[in-house]
Amino acid sequence: MSFKEMDRRTLLKSAAAGIVGVGAAGLPLRAFAAAPTIGIVYVGPRDDFGWNQAHAVAAKALKSVPGVKVVEEENVPETVAVQKSMESMINLDGANLIFATSFGYFDPHMLEMAKKYPKVEFRHAAGLWTKDKHPGNAGSYYGYLNQGHYVNGVAAGVVSKTGKLGFIAAKPIPTVLLNINSFLLGARKSNPKATVQVIFTGDWSLPVREAEAANALADAGCDVITCHVDSPKVVIETAERRGLLTAGHNASQAPLAPKGFITGAEYKWETIYKDFAALIAKGEKLPNYVRGGIDKDYIANTAYGAGASEAARKAADAATADLKANKPYVVGPLKDNKGNEVVPAGKSIDNYDVALEQTSYLVEGVVGSIT
Amino acid sequence: MSENAALLTVLFAMIGGAIRVSTPFIFVSLGECLTEKSGRINLGLEGTLVFGAMAAYAISFLSGSPWLGVFVAGCCGALLGAVHGWVCKLPRVNDVAIGIALMTFGLGLAFFFGKPYIQPAAPRLPSIPLADWTGNASLATALKVNPLFFVGIALAVFLSWAFRNTRTGLILRTTGDSAAAARAMGVSVDRVRLLATTAGGFLAGVGGSFLSLYYPGSWSEGLSSGQGLMAVALVIFARWDPMRCLFASMMFGAAGAIGPALQSIGITQGYYFFNAAPYVVTLFIMIASSSTKGALASAPGELAVTR
Repeated sequence: MSFKEMDRRTLLKSAAAGIVGVGAAGLPLRAFAAAPTIGIVYVGPRDDFGWNQAHAVAAKALKSVPGVKVVEEENVPETVAVQKSMESMINLDGANLIFATSFGYFDPHMLEMAKKYPKVEFRHAAGLWTKDKHPGNAGSYYGYLNQGHYVNGVAAGVVSKTGKLGFIAAKPIPTVLLNINSFLLGARKSNPKATVQVIFTGDWSLPVREAEAANALADAGCDVITCHVDSPKVVIETAERRGLLTAGHNASQAPLAPKGFITGAEYKWETIYKDFAALIAKGEKLPNYVRGGIDKDYIANTAYGAGASEAARKAADAATADLKANKPYVVGPLKDNKGNEVVPAGKSIDNYDVALEQTSYLVEGVVGSIT
Repeated sequence: MSENAALLTVLFAMIGGAIRVSTPFIFVSLGECLTEKSGRINLGLEGTLVFGAMAAYAISFLSGSPWLGVFVAGCCGALLGAVHGWVCKLPRVNDVAIGIALMTFGLGLAFFFGKPYIQPAAPRLPSIPLADWTGNASLATALKVNPLFFVGIALAVFLSWAFRNTRTGLILRTTGDSAAAARAMGVSVDRVRLLATTAGGFLAGVGGSFLSLYYPGSWSEGLSSGQGLMAVALVIFARWDPMRCLFASMMFGAAGAIGPALQSIGITQGYYFFNAAPYVVTLFIMIASSSTKGALASAPGELAVTR
C-alpha cells in the first residue's frame, strides 16, 4: 500500500517538476521558491464564532497580502486525515508553510510530515514543540489569550454590581485554568472583593450543557459571564437573553449580544501569519518558537460593546497599556483557592514565563475545583 | 448563601432543567415509541433530530417565521422516517442497520446544508411566562415555558389513550405484537409500519426544531451531542409507555441540570460525576425496576430485539 502510494506520488511530483521545467525553459527565470504558499488546516468549521473562526479571519487577512497564496481546509479530524490534507497541500498546491491549528494535529501527524518533507515548514498553534526532541522545520506559535481575559476581568470588575462573575469552562487544562485565573486577577484589580464562579462542562462543545451552565450562573447571582469553550455562541446568547453582561473569548462575539457585551479576548493570528509570510518572501529562516500577547499585537480586545461603562473602558484601557508595556500582572502575594502560596509577596510571574503555560491551580477568589 | 437558599436554587434549576431540556427527549421518545409499537426500530432518529434542527433554523431564518420552521422540520423528519419505512418494506432488510445508515445520512445532510446557517441569527420560538406573578425572579425564569413542551405533554396523554382506546391504536399494537394476527385481520402490516415510522420521524423533526429554535436556541454542528440516541434508549427504559416516556424525559432533563447547578452554588468537587447524573439515575432506576421474569413483557413482540 505505502509503496504504491509512494510511486504514485513520486510520479506526480516528477510530472509536476517536468511541467515547471518546460515552463521555465520558455520563460524568463523567476524565483518561484520565494513565493509564500501557506496551508492552514482547521479542526472545525471556519465560522464557529470561536477558535477556528479566529484563524480563518487571519487567513482572510493574509490573502489580501499581495503575492501570498493561501490554501485552507476545514473540519479535518485529528487523525491520519490531517496528514493527507497536508500532503495534498504540499504536493498539489505547493505549500511551503503549513499552519496546523489544532492541538491533536501535532503528534504524530505533523511530526511525520515534517520528517517526510524537510523543505516544508510546519508550525503548530500550541505549546508542544521542544527544540531537542522535534524536527527543526517544525515549531510552535501561540498567543497569550490570558492577557485578553485579564483585560476582560478588569472591565467586568467595574461593571459587575454583585461582584460575582461566572466562567463556563470546558476542561481543567493549563490554558483554561490560566484564563480563569487571569479573569479573576483582572476583576480583583477593579473590585478587590470580586469572585469568579466556575462551571466545568467536561467537553469542548456541549451546547445544551453550556446553556444550562449559563442559566445556573444567572440563578446563582452572577451578573457577568464569560467562557472558554470551542464556540461561545450559545453561552453569550443565553446570557444575553437572561439580561446579563458578557465578555467574549477567541473571536468577536459582539454581534451576538447587542445589549450586554462588554469586550472580549481575541486572537490576532494575522500578525503572526503576516510576519511568517514576509519572512518567506525574503527567504529568511522562520522562528521555531513564537510567543506574544497584547504587547506584540498577537492578542487584542474586541471593541467595547454596550455593556462597558465609561469607567470600565478607562480601567480596561489602562490595563491594556500596562500589558503593552509588558508589566507583569500575576503579582504576589498570591494564594491558590486551597490556601497554598503560589507567588510570594514581593515577587511576580513574568508575562513570558513558561510557568504560566503550566498553570495547574485556581487562584484564591475562584470558586471551583479542578477535579 | 444559606443552606436553604442554596437547596432552593438547585431545586429551581432542576425544575427549570426538566422543562427546558426535556422537550426534545419527549418528542423523540414519543416518536420512537410510536414506531416501535408497530414492531419496528428506527435508530436513525438522532439524524432526524439534527436534520430537523437545521431545517427549522434555516426556514425560520429565511422566512422569519419560527413556527413555519417547526412545521418544515417535522415534514423533513417525516420524509426521513418514510425512507426508513419504505426501505424496510423490502424483503430481508434489517431495520436496525437501515436506522444506523439513516442516522449518518441525516447528520451528513444536515451538516452539508447547514453550513451557511451557523453564523446568522434566526427568529426564535416565543415562551410563555408562567410565574412572573410570583415576583420570584428565579422561579419566573425557571417557569418560562415553550408551548412545544405542553404540546409534548398533550401528545403523551393522547398517545397513551389512543393506544388503548382507539381502533387505530389496536391495529398498531396488533401489528407490533404479531404480524400474523394483523394479516389475519386484513391489515397491511407494511403500510401500518410505514405510517408509524413516518409519524415517528415527524415528531423527531419537531423535537429537533426545539433545539435550534428555543433551547439552546442556535444551530451548530455539535447541537444534539447524542440526545436522539438517548431518547431512543429512553423508550426501552419507559417500557413502550407514552406516559412513562414523558416522565423519563423530564427526569432526564432534571438530572442533567444537577451538574451545573451544584457547581454554581459552590459544590465543585466531583463535577464529572454530577454531570453523569442523568445516566447514573437511569441506570439505578433500570436496576431497581428490573425483574427476573417478564422484564420485556411490555415489549412489542415483533421487535427485532425481542424476537
